[in-house]
Amino acid sequence: MKNLPIAAVVGLFFTSLYFLMAIFAPLIAPYGVAEIVGGVWEPSSKEHLLGTDNIGRDLLSRMIYGGRTTIWIATAATILSFTTGSILGFAAAVIGGWVDQVMSRFVDLIMSIPTLIFALVVLSVVPVTVPILIIVMGFLDSTRVYRLARAVAVDINVMDYVEAAKLRGEGRVWVIFREILPNALSPLVAEMGLRFIFAVLFVSTLSFLGLGVQPPEADWGGIVKENKDGIVYGIGAALYPAVAIATLAISVNLVADWVLNRTTSLKGGRG
Amino acid sequence: MSETLLKVRDLKIGATIYPPGEKPRDIEIVHGVSFDLEPGKVLGLIGESGAGKSTIGLASMAYGRGGVEITGGEVWVNGRDILKSGLNDVRKLRGGEVTYVSQSAAASFNPAKQIMDQVIEASVRHGKFSKKDAEARAVELFRKLGLPDPENIGNRYPHQVSGGQLQRCMTALALCPEPDLVVFDEPTTALDVTTQIDVLKAIKEAIRDTGVAALYITHDLAVVAQVSDDILVLKMGDMVEYGSVDQIINAPKEDYTRALVSVRSIDHEEKTATSEPVLKVEGVTARYRGTNFDVLKNINVELHPGQTLAVVGESGSGKSTLARVITGLLPPRAGNIHFAGRDLSAALGGRSREDLRELQMIYQMADTAMNPRQTVGTIIGRPLEFYFGLRGSEKRKRIVELLDEIEMGEAFMDRYPAELSGGQKQRVCIARSLAAKPKIIICDEVTSALDPLVADGILKLLLDLQKVEDVAYLFITHDLATVKAIADSIAVMYQGEVVRYGGKTDVLSPPFDDYTDLLLSSVPEMKLGWLEEVIANRKMESAGN
Amino acid sequence: MSPILKLLAQRIALGLLLLFLVSILIFAGTIILPGDVAQSILGQSATPEALANLRAELGLNDPPLQRYLSWLGGLVQGDLGTALTSGQDIASSLGNRLKNTLFLAFWAAIISVPLAIFLGLLAVRYRDRWPDKLISAVTLASISIPEFLIGYVLMYIVAVKLRWAPSVAMINDSMSLGQKLNSIALPVAVLTLVVLAHMMRMTRAAILNVMQSAYIETAELKGMSMFVIIWRHAFPNSIAPIVNVVMLNLAYLVVGVVVVEVVFTYPGMGQYLVDHVSKRDIPVVQACGMIFAAVYIGLNMIADVVSILANPRLRHPK
Repeated sequence: MKNLPIAAVVGLFFTSLYFLMAIFAPLIAPYGVAEIVGGVWEPSSKEHLLGTDNIGRDLLSRMIYGGRTTIWIATAATILSFTTGSILGFAAAVIGGWVDQVMSRFVDLIMSIPTLIFALVVLSVVPVTVPILIIVMGFLDSTRVYRLARAVAVDINVMDYVEAAKLRGEGRVWVIFREILPNALSPLVAEMGLRFIFAVLFVSTLSFLGLGVQPPEADWGGIVKENKDGIVYGIGAALYPAVAIATLAISVNLVADWVLNRTTSLKGGRG
Repeated sequence: MSETLLKVRDLKIGATIYPPGEKPRDIEIVHGVSFDLEPGKVLGLIGESGAGKSTIGLASMAYGRGGVEITGGEVWVNGRDILKSGLNDVRKLRGGEVTYVSQSAAASFNPAKQIMDQVIEASVRHGKFSKKDAEARAVELFRKLGLPDPENIGNRYPHQVSGGQLQRCMTALALCPEPDLVVFDEPTTALDVTTQIDVLKAIKEAIRDTGVAALYITHDLAVVAQVSDDILVLKMGDMVEYGSVDQIINAPKEDYTRALVSVRSIDHEEKTATSEPVLKVEGVTARYRGTNFDVLKNINVELHPGQTLAVVGESGSGKSTLARVITGLLPPRAGNIHFAGRDLSAALGGRSREDLRELQMIYQMADTAMNPRQTVGTIIGRPLEFYFGLRGSEKRKRIVELLDEIEMGEAFMDRYPAELSGGQKQRVCIARSLAAKPKIIICDEVTSALDPLVADGILKLLLDLQKVEDVAYLFITHDLATVKAIADSIAVMYQGEVVRYGGKTDVLSPPFDDYTDLLLSSVPEMKLGWLEEVIANRKMESAGN
Repeated sequence: MSPILKLLAQRIALGLLLLFLVSILIFAGTIILPGDVAQSILGQSATPEALANLRAELGLNDPPLQRYLSWLGGLVQGDLGTALTSGQDIASSLGNRLKNTLFLAFWAAIISVPLAIFLGLLAVRYRDRWPDKLISAVTLASISIPEFLIGYVLMYIVAVKLRWAPSVAMINDSMSLGQKLNSIALPVAVLTLVVLAHMMRMTRAAILNVMQSAYIETAELKGMSMFVIIWRHAFPNSIAPIVNVVMLNLAYLVVGVVVVEVVFTYPGMGQYLVDHVSKRDIPVVQACGMIFAAVYIGLNMIADVVSILANPRLRHPK
């Protein structure tokens, strides 16, 4: 862990800060998430550091609880998309043939529809609940992970050391887990950061459109929706989530960049 | 009046390296090199990879590739120190007074523009010739360089001509603006030997006819001996020896130069077949899926225990495909493979573990043949574990034995491939295949990616191991010198067929078939005047016919 | 047939096939998934009779294949069905909104595409110097904030605090072009910002990739000036990747439009779609989904066609 670049330190610090805040939200938040504690859109004060929202709830508490919801949904969706996407992608690359063809063409088809539009079509039919949001987001995003994992695995699969393992008589399990996976891990981990950011932005967007987390639960996109009418009166309550989302996204980006750089220098030799 | 054209004094060049897991740091890659070049003369820069020869060549155009930077010294061209010149002066120098021919013409031509456009670009843009004059000059150069249809070849796009032709087009590109100096950077290295000799001849005649001076950069001393007046031998950025061609080839002073001169002179007596062949390839015909022509046509060869069969041919001859068929990666359309007294299943999936163990393979690129995330110990240990069930201290003992056999030793056990040199990597691959105690090892161009001295070391090791382990080699190569060094029998392949096959002495003795004759006579020999001899012989033959 | 025509024909046929498959997917997605349209419309308290009546009225009792074919048949003829909630013809309510959406996207594209390419070139020209670093910092920031928040931030600063532009983007046919442009200034700015970052980053990467080719070094060693190198050697080889980048981002613009329209209550297709998703008005969602997907597929197809046409190996076969 020596020689850590500044950008990575900043990124790691803020990323862990947000995750800790999400985990310990009930201990940190000064008020309850749906508790009405003051007037409408009160400015910031000692009692309410960020002021109150459109119906008089403490905005700081809602931001903290909102972060918890947003991060939890995004994390779950990322894990889901990663496990399905990478397992299927590796399998397609190693098995090849018609299995690869069928899966890859299906993914092409899903990706030929813009993600948001696809999500809207699906959400117009199914009830909007947190598990469903996670499944829909995870499924849609797994197509991207699938493509990356497959591409990486295909690149590795044509390496002579994989051929050498096959000529030795090694089984598929050894080839996937001992030859391909260790070499594919780093680009996938970096991609995981980007997918997580995407999931944060995506769930916020859905909530903002009223198709994500349902009130009185708080999440960052929902807070914007609730307080957006204040903007016209010069009340900036709806803008706090912007700061939160941006700092989280940028710090995760910095971490992902660092992971990627570190691994390319491992692979690249003389660069 | 013979004023010095290029004068290099105490040239120092640095580069930034990015070692894994560490901060980037600056290192010096050329440590004070000095030499002179008179107008119309050719200086050969020779050395193995990492010698800094290309870097020095580019420095004579005040250019540093990638993160390379010229850190000290002087480079005088026509009486000016170009390292102290402004950018505009340097631009006039490049493409005007000094031009460049790269190793890969295929990558160096812009794919979106016609060849003529690129050949005359420097002449026209620097105002040396009008467009019409430059074109006329280019056509004349195309003719001189022996390109087909010199009037029209300039209208083609780079992908429409062959590699050897494009390399000659690149030479025309360099000669078009009537430069004083051309830097040739390994111009024939990427070509097959039979193509190389034509390009070499074209370059030599063009240099002679135009009276241009040249820096000729190569790792192949035999090649540079044919075109140079003087030779500068480099090693790891240091000057080793600097003298006339005659002196360097016939009376080298330094040990390193002597080693370079005597490279590829391993003596190997042909062994005669004593027992039943361990491998019999019978009537094998094969093609790749989705194509409609056979890359192998009715191949019949045999390999005897403890001997070496060299399969030699140029790119596209099908020699590597033969290896894929024998290993089971590409099941043949017709024919059989007998191995150790049994019929081998055509497909890999149908072979027993014993079949797989007894038939091992070593690859050309040791870099990609080893998993970068596994240590040397894991790499060599896996076959021990997989085939013989060795574990723990027993396995460790055997790994150490193997490491000793490849002259590396226990200290390398926990290293990763990235920490090894090219030769060491190939040795580890050899140990991995030996670990299986095979009857045959297929060696696919195993020395082609290595520097000559390192390659020699690998060949000697393989010969020694053959005596100890009694293993047979199927040795696939394009390099006839390697064949002479290691083979007991030889199969010459051309366009998917074996055109000549037999014991080494028979195959390499006349009378030859046409192709073998061409192939044998095209291999550069380490003596002065070889190129002229070959050209004269070929002229005589074609006159006689 | 020449290989290039064959490839183009193949690519266009593939686009049409995709479109057909997408129609199946969108239709199937809305009927296979759990949830009942009639239930959604009438709510949990609906009587079984009312539900049955509505189902019959909507044709929900017909076999799925028959419903799909009649839907597809209508689609090809431009008949998008009727909205469940308002009973209006979808095609006629969509017409005007589609025009508005295209108007918005058009201006966003007109501004962002040249700007992005110019800034991308600038970043390459001053690679690793401050203009490049500034551009990548701004890029990182703007792809880290969802578009609706960029919208509100701009609205807060430009419309509310500075009062330079209206905060709500209303347009109608009686407005002059100037009035319309003033009205959509903010949404266009947001869309531009959103796609600009991506486009710039990708343009930069595409040109850098070309600039690292050996033939660029050849040009440098011919003593060509930076301008000649970029114009004569880098540019002809960058057309295909840049067009790819542009098309990809225009496709992205299509999605951005949906959200931005909601933010600025702009009477376009995106807002229409979002409204009817909340109301669970399936026919409208299907129609809008198809149109968005068609635009998206079409843009990707254009990108592929351009890269085929720009490839010298295909244009000048051996």
